[in-house]
Amino acid sequence: MGGYILRRVFQSVLILIGITFLTFVLLYLIPADPARQIAGRSATAQTVENIREQLGLNLPFYQQYFRYLTGLLQGDLGRSYLQKTEVGALIWSRLPATLLLMVGAIVCELAIGLTMGLVAALRRNTATDTSLMVLSFVGVSSPQFVIGILLLYVFSVQLGWFPIGGYGTFMHMVLPSLTLGFLGAGWYSRMMRSSMIDVLRQDFIRTARAKGLKRWQVLFGHALPNALLPIIAMIGIDIGLFMSGIVVVESVFGWPGIGQLAWQAIQRVDIPIIMGVTLVSAFAIVLGNFLADLIAPLIDPRIKLR
Amino acid sequence: MPADVKPEAMPDTVKTAAPEIPKGVWRRLLERKLAVFALALVGVIVGAAVFAPFVAPFDPAEQFFEGLTLEGAPLPPGETFWLGTDLLGRDLLSRLIYGAQTSLIIGVVANGIAVAVGAFVGILAGFFRGWVETVLMRFTDLMMAFPALLLAITLAALFRPSLWIVAMVIAMVNWVQMARVVYTETRSLSEREFILAERAMGAGLFRILFRHILPHLLSTIVVFGTLGISTTVLLEATLSYLGIGVQPPTPSWGNIIYENQTYFTSAPWLVFFPGIAIIALALGFNLLGDALREVLDPTQKGRH
Amino acid sequence: MKKTVLAGAAALLAATALTSASALADDIKQGGSMIVTYKDDVSTLDPAIGYDWQNWSMIKSLFDGLMDYEPGTTNLMTDLAEDYTISDDGTVFTFKLREGVKFHNGREMTAEDVKYSLDRVTNPATQSPGAGFFGSIKGFDAVAAGDATSLEGVTVVDPYTVKIELSRPDATFLHVMAINFSSIVPKEAVEEFGADFGKHPVGTGAFSLEEWTLGQRLVFKRNEDYWRAGVPKLDEITFEVGQEPVVALLRLQRGEADIPGDGIPPAKFLEVTKDPQYKDLIIEGGQLHTGYVTMNVKMPPFDKLEVRKAVNMAINKDRVVRIINGRAVPANQPLPPTMPGYDNEYTGYAYDPEAAKALLAEAGLADGFETELYVYNTDPNPRIAQSIQADLAEIGIKAEIKALAQANVIAAGGEPDQAPMIWSGGMAWIADFPDPSNFYGPILGCAGAVKGGWNWSWYCNEELDKQATAADSITDPAKKAEREEAWRKIFISVMDDAAWAPVFHEQRFTMRSERLGGPDAIFVDPVHIPVNYDYVWAKDVQ
Repeated sequence: MGGYILRRVFQSVLILIGITFLTFVLLYLIPADPARQIAGRSATAQTVENIREQLGLNLPFYQQYFRYLTGLLQGDLGRSYLQKTEVGALIWSRLPATLLLMVGAIVCELAIGLTMGLVAALRRNTATDTSLMVLSFVGVSSPQFVIGILLLYVFSVQLGWFPIGGYGTFMHMVLPSLTLGFLGAGWYSRMMRSSMIDVLRQDFIRTARAKGLKRWQVLFGHALPNALLPIIAMIGIDIGLFMSGIVVVESVFGWPGIGQLAWQAIQRVDIPIIMGVTLVSAFAIVLGNFLADLIAPLIDPRIKLR
Repeated sequence: MPADVKPEAMPDTVKTAAPEIPKGVWRRLLERKLAVFALALVGVIVGAAVFAPFVAPFDPAEQFFEGLTLEGAPLPPGETFWLGTDLLGRDLLSRLIYGAQTSLIIGVVANGIAVAVGAFVGILAGFFRGWVETVLMRFTDLMMAFPALLLAITLAALFRPSLWIVAMVIAMVNWVQMARVVYTETRSLSEREFILAERAMGAGLFRILFRHILPHLLSTIVVFGTLGISTTVLLEATLSYLGIGVQPPTPSWGNIIYENQTYFTSAPWLVFFPGIAIIALALGFNLLGDALREVLDPTQKGRH
Repeated sequence: MKKTVLAGAAALLAATALTSASALADDIKQGGSMIVTYKDDVSTLDPAIGYDWQNWSMIKSLFDGLMDYEPGTTNLMTDLAEDYTISDDGTVFTFKLREGVKFHNGREMTAEDVKYSLDRVTNPATQSPGAGFFGSIKGFDAVAAGDATSLEGVTVVDPYTVKIELSRPDATFLHVMAINFSSIVPKEAVEEFGADFGKHPVGTGAFSLEEWTLGQRLVFKRNEDYWRAGVPKLDEITFEVGQEPVVALLRLQRGEADIPGDGIPPAKFLEVTKDPQYKDLIIEGGQLHTGYVTMNVKMPPFDKLEVRKAVNMAINKDRVVRIINGRAVPANQPLPPTMPGYDNEYTGYAYDPEAAKALLAEAGLADGFETELYVYNTDPNPRIAQSIQADLAEIGIKAEIKALAQANVIAAGGEPDQAPMIWSGGMAWIADFPDPSNFYGPILGCAGAVKGGWNWSWYCNEELDKQATAADSITDPAKKAEREEAWRKIFISVMDDAAWAPVFHEQRFTMRSERLGGPDAIFVDPVHIPVNYDYVWAKDVQ
């Protein structure tokens, strides 16, 4: 186990470095010149050139990358070109909000999705099943912007139950979590249903029933744990799926997370911020997958970590 | 899992020959009402895409003067324009019909490739373990962490935007989810006793893969694959916005939604109808996939 | 050199007194607060660097410069300078500073601070986007090249007098002294915070920064020692960032916000303007704005005059205006109507697709041609581009639309061989200051037609450049009309060459909550963009 963890950590570090390299290459290839962006529209060619020198943009690619990497290893993520603030400070100030939102969304997704999936599996091929299936697809196919505005409009503006966007209290968290989670709930519900049906079909379930265990004991004691396996794998994926979702949700609800930061930075090619955010999300994804792989054997003891 | 209850071995399946497509699949498929419905749904959409120039009432790019009110607001569904018009006075129905072309290519082809590649990678990694697993899964991690939006912007700046580029990007980025899930399930499946028994008996690896592992994965693949239709169609819209993919005025269901989502309190039909189209496509394929799986799966005991 | 007090300065002083009096009637009580929302985060409040929509007027409220504009107008008035004199040849400006003006840290402002601020903004190490505006000050070239750290032309005569010498007569100089980049900053604060000065601004303005929660909100507090009496009226302003415009409007309708800083979003425009409840709260104002299509004269076939004229005639401007719900007026020349130098008589190229086709045939392109139209990808620009695309198709030009992120469009425009046509929307030129030269230099002059420049037409007419320099040398205020005439001619010549196809001048629409008071003009201030915070007052405190 210890060996496995060590190996995974080592591999993860390699992956992260690989991500920095790939991202840097992509940013290098974009013809947009950060110096021109900073210098703005009224600048002279000389100002632009000055800025290029100061940012080290005239250095060859490898030198620029090396400078970035060494800075990174010292914990310095650089300074935003357009905001002149340290990237670390910017990300750090916004990260808690995004993490909070993700937790809220995962709770919503699991609560709604797993329930839907379970009910659908137990009521297979009935009208309930079909309508829950349609509902799942609605969740997955609906643009999150629209869901967000709809929820805001109905529950915040008309009914006044929740504040209109913003950050700070539990009440602020409900609607954004639901919006972000609605999409994932659709995925989880379908996966849960399919996984559950698969498990319920298997002989060991019949054996358990034959042994006299009650229905709910079989369900929660034997069926559910097995069905959860692919779900665990999905939680690792979720973080990746969230990355695009949080941009929209944070913007609609005025939630001060890194999604807003990332989108602005991407539009304006603010390289240091893009690098910083990519790294942070890469870290989260790699970590998520790692944890999912670690937890899997706890659910299914047959899986060995090799 | 509790020690006293274990999955049984399934000895009978070991000795039968490789599964052939049972005769009468088509007939059995058609017996299921939902399958017929799904087939019809998908058929209509594909038909609309293929025969668009004949089916669409108007030119999707034509901006009608009568298509907007005097102040420039779009028209709701009505007599001339059955599903209403968009913000430039173009007929929504015609745009949806032509949009089916793009969305099918994205949702079915690009997504299909992603599904196939993902499943392939996941199975290989989960079944063969060892260095194959390490290399494949770490590569998957890398691709999962890869900034797709950034790739889109870079490609947009470097190349002429086209449907094929965005299809490629989507396929490149979307296979990872499938790979992870399939991998986890395959890991679990390959440790089951009947598989271990088979291997001990020297049965060919690929035979085991195809006859025992794959059928159990089919339901997951169908679920993920069809849900992926929706997400890829919507993702295509975001990528087009960033500059790769179809450029205006070419319609796609995703970009119709994307362009008009801020207007949805004043012109909800612009979001509602393309949304329904996407749901219909994904649902249709899902129902079809479910039905096909049930019909083809030899382990089904007809107990539904 | 005889220095004469010009009549202009005295008139300006009188006007200032009048304006101050009328804007701040005695019966308006001090107090209250307001909430302003913005979508994008505020990047910096450093006046030498800030050049965004959000921070432009925020900086104007935190800092002062030698000159400013009367609220809601484009008329210059003195600010930190009590008075000024201009030499006969227009190259030496002597500013007499007000006494007793305090920075937010308590220290009194002196002429040393003026010199420090100007040196700082022109110093390449500051990376100021506005350094180029000071090009006419003597010694600028040396500082820009890094050979000097101080502007030779700026001298401290005594603690309250600054003398600025120009290397050439510059009619726009007073405008430059009013622009944000000329704001006066205290040396010790800049040195204390270094690169973080933008997050800890210290100025002489009507408000000071009380709190800044990154990514969420900024709070401004009234400067109680502000030198201008009776201003500001509000005690506090809260800026909430990260607010989607549609949601911001919802909040305003519920009384949770007072001003949507980004204006009324296109999606809600018709709904809100037709609602009788909001009739008095919606404010419309002109902007110094023109939206235009640039045609790259270096890329065939746009090197042919007939082709460019044809494009001008092909665009149905009324339809474009209709598509954006009437929020603009069609344009026929580069300058906006409120800009001096605007030609009221000029009719430009009328909408005439038949004539356009004939012109194309004359150029040997009767069968049309294929080309590309670049556009910024935020709403409503892709729609406008599609409308133009349809118009061009009418006369046989097949234009493929490339809707890209802002940075990519700017990059493409800055290359001589990439973007044949660009719709400027989203980056459309809004004047930095209300003077026609600002509409020429970077976007139509030869200096801008370089790699990385903003003259996306790559139009370079040396003759016009000479005329422009000559026009800017007319510094005598008595000759104002002559100067305007010169500029009028220049822009008409640009239209004769059809380097652009001007499409519309966008009007600005915003809303305010009921509880805010103040003349309408300050909510759509053409210079303190978007709102002149100093003059807003709260009705619920009266």
